Amino acid sequence: MSNCLKRIAALSLLLAAGLSAAQPTNKFDGIGRTATKAELKAWDIDVRPDFKGLPPGRGTVAQGQDLWEAKCAGCHGVFGESNEVFSPLIGGTTKDDIRTGHVAALTNNSFPGRTTLMKVSQVSSLWDYINRAMPWTAPKSLKPDEVYAVTAYLLSLADVLPADGELSDKNIAEAQQRLPNRNGKTTSHAMWPGSEFAKGAKPDVQGSSCMKNCAPEAKIASYLPEFARNAHGNLAQQQRTVGPQRGVDTAAQPAAARPAAAPAAAKPVSALLQQHACLACHQIASKVVGPAFKDVAAKYKDRADARDYYLAKLKSGSVGVWGSVPMPSQQTLPEADLAAIADWLVQGAKP
Amino acid sequence: MDDHQHFKTGRLLRAPEGFLNPAELRQQPTPEARRRFLRGAFAAASAALVTGAARAQANPVPAEGGDPNILNLPPHSLSLGQPVALEGYGKPSRFEANLQRRPSPGLTQTRQASVSFAPLQGLFGIVTPSGLHFERHHQGWWDIDPSTHRLMINGSDEQMLKRPMVFTMDELMRLPSVSRFHFIECGANTGMEWGNVAVPTVQYTHGMLSCSEFTGVRLIDVLEMCGFDAKRARFVLAEGADGSSMTRTIPIELVTSGQVLLAYGQNGEMLRPENGYPLRLVVPGVQGVSWVKYLRRIEVGDQPYATKDENVHYIDLLPDGQHREYTSIQEVKSVVTTPSGGQVLLDKGYYNISGLAWSGRGKIAKVDVSVDGGRMWRPARLQGPVMDRCLTRFNLDWSWDGKPALVMSRATDDSGHVQPNYAQLRAVRGKRSIYHNNAIQTWLVQESGEVKNVQLS
Repeated sequence: MSNCLKRIAALSLLLAAGLSAAQPTNKFDGIGRTATKAELKAWDIDVRPDFKGLPPGRGTVAQGQDLWEAKCAGCHGVFGESNEVFSPLIGGTTKDDIRTGHVAALTNNSFPGRTTLMKVSQVSSLWDYINRAMPWTAPKSLKPDEVYAVTAYLLSLADVLPADGELSDKNIAEAQQRLPNRNGKTTSHAMWPGSEFAKGAKPDVQGSSCMKNCAPEAKIASYLPEFARNAHGNLAQQQRTVGPQRGVDTAAQPAAARPAAAPAAAKPVSALLQQHACLACHQIASKVVGPAFKDVAAKYKDRADARDYYLAKLKSGSVGVWGSVPMPSQQTLPEADLAAIADWLVQGAKP
Repeated sequence: MDDHQHFKTGRLLRAPEGFLNPAELRQQPTPEARRRFLRGAFAAASAALVTGAARAQANPVPAEGGDPNILNLPPHSLSLGQPVALEGYGKPSRFEANLQRRPSPGLTQTRQASVSFAPLQGLFGIVTPSGLHFERHHQGWWDIDPSTHRLMINGSDEQMLKRPMVFTMDELMRLPSVSRFHFIECGANTGMEWGNVAVPTVQYTHGMLSCSEFTGVRLIDVLEMCGFDAKRARFVLAEGADGSSMTRTIPIELVTSGQVLLAYGQNGEMLRPENGYPLRLVVPGVQGVSWVKYLRRIEVGDQPYATKDENVHYIDLLPDGQHREYTSIQEVKSVVTTPSGGQVLLDKGYYNISGLAWSGRGKIAKVDVSVDGGRMWRPARLQGPVMDRCLTRFNLDWSWDGKPALVMSRATDDSGHVQPNYAQLRAVRGKRSIYHNNAIQTWLVQESGEVKNVQLS
């Protein structure tokens, strides 16, 4: 090897040594690259409970209400109370809960349901989730100020913020101190697989290893009522048709038990709209995310092939006719349901 | 055999062809085959009427001659079968169409934020066929072009990680890979049953459970490439690329011990789109929500993140009104899959009671089975391989005498944790949680042979 080559070799060794001192392990040569600042900014969007990651900004309850009615109310109801598409967000919290930080209704066995505001203990969780995943059909489309405004409106519905209030990066820590269930969580359990939280905790429930003459649970305390027998469809069609057993035919009923003259009526269109979550984005008479059904029906009422047009649009999805928010393809719906909805639109989308 | 007298007892069952819908019947290969099929069925039905034992595939000694299925050779014995590669990707037999993953009616109002349950009642061994793997989507599923998918690794601050990095799928798949069998169970599995019996079959009680061989890269190998600060790192945040951009906090110990995988493979092929194609996190023993699908980013941090699915959902309500948060481990649990709810036993006599056991804390050490509601227990045979945080199949011989039986299983893991019954579980955790119900399941075998989901207490 010439001196020159030796010097180059030594130099590259030095360079390599220098790099490994400053750089992480380079065991997997040639794999991966450094992320750019712009890339990190685009994807590193999480907001922690200590508000690390929270961008500066502000939004008022009033601004939030406008956004809410345009983009959120279709699924969640005008007051966050709706149980139509998702579980209710608002309800079940009191001014006293805001004082104590414990939601009293959570100890009430007869209280129906648990709303988001009854459970959430970190305001950062709301901000982060609205920012990353809402609105449901157009996630990540809200600007930071809009996320502040929507969060402010939501908090105002639970009296965390006043109706004329504002939420910003400056006062969000104060809102945290008024969350109704802020003291409602515990990490004192053995189900976290790390050394944080309750390290060394033992499982809270332990079964018995008894093998003979054990004290069994007393008696049969719960089983499905007879009327629910077919609620999950005919179980005969959900079991293998070869082997040690078959599925029980839950569609068959003794003749005496069969209700007289009750032919299976076709589901009303309102039930189909509900079942297939059409109502998440459309209402019959008012615009939500998508156009009102009656506006759609009016626009195409003179079109001879309206039924086929509706069927095609339902199946393919659509964007640009009524706005920039795309309607996803509905081709997974049963053909009969699509046809029923198309027929209903042709007939004027009557409620 | 003496047991033939048993064929005379019991109720009428529909013959198997009664379970095929008209479309399936039309799929019979040839009209001739269809004709023979019907003729065979009618012959069996009339034979059954004579003996009074119209059981599916009953196998009585024929009165004369022999079984027409033996005496009359079927078309598949007499003619040419199908060619190779008729289907580039093979499908199950048309007779298996009943085994599908299914949503539970009324559980959710949309099908994008919903669940479908795996048909555990029909599965053998421990591996879930990928097409029957349970689904849980929070904002709909996608089939993402792997050439556009990226994984980013960053730190919660600039000192946490020396070099934030970006990887393509090509690069991740060049790295050293491992393949491991693990179960994945939704934290809400059996959640509908906390208060009372709510669903009829094991598909709906326990079907948010699947088990696969996952292939991928150890997350620790990738973090070390980035030079993370092992002294300050306490947690990682995993984030998905879909609309919900699901985020979950994972303890760093599971990562540094090499357990957490960046998985692209499932049962010998790439992940299915419904299961996170092209990249998902595998967090053995931890509830499914942490196995983030469509994984786009890992952040190394020093504090937990209290994401929506850690602070609003996947929290466990206790009787005193407090919620447990960061409850991640899926504790020791088991269920008998045969016989199980919604089935009808064909006859008295021998059955192989069979089921699944698993624990997020390690291996299954023991499974006991009771057929009398928990008074007497017998140890079941564990079928190998018995693997760490993986489904274990168990079996037990049983001769059913035709009387009502309460069939239960109880698993113990190698940490010594024993699966509780409902009374034991509810005494501590009440009835109103949604998550982490690992109570002993009871199936009532009625005299008719019909099996029902029941709860004791």
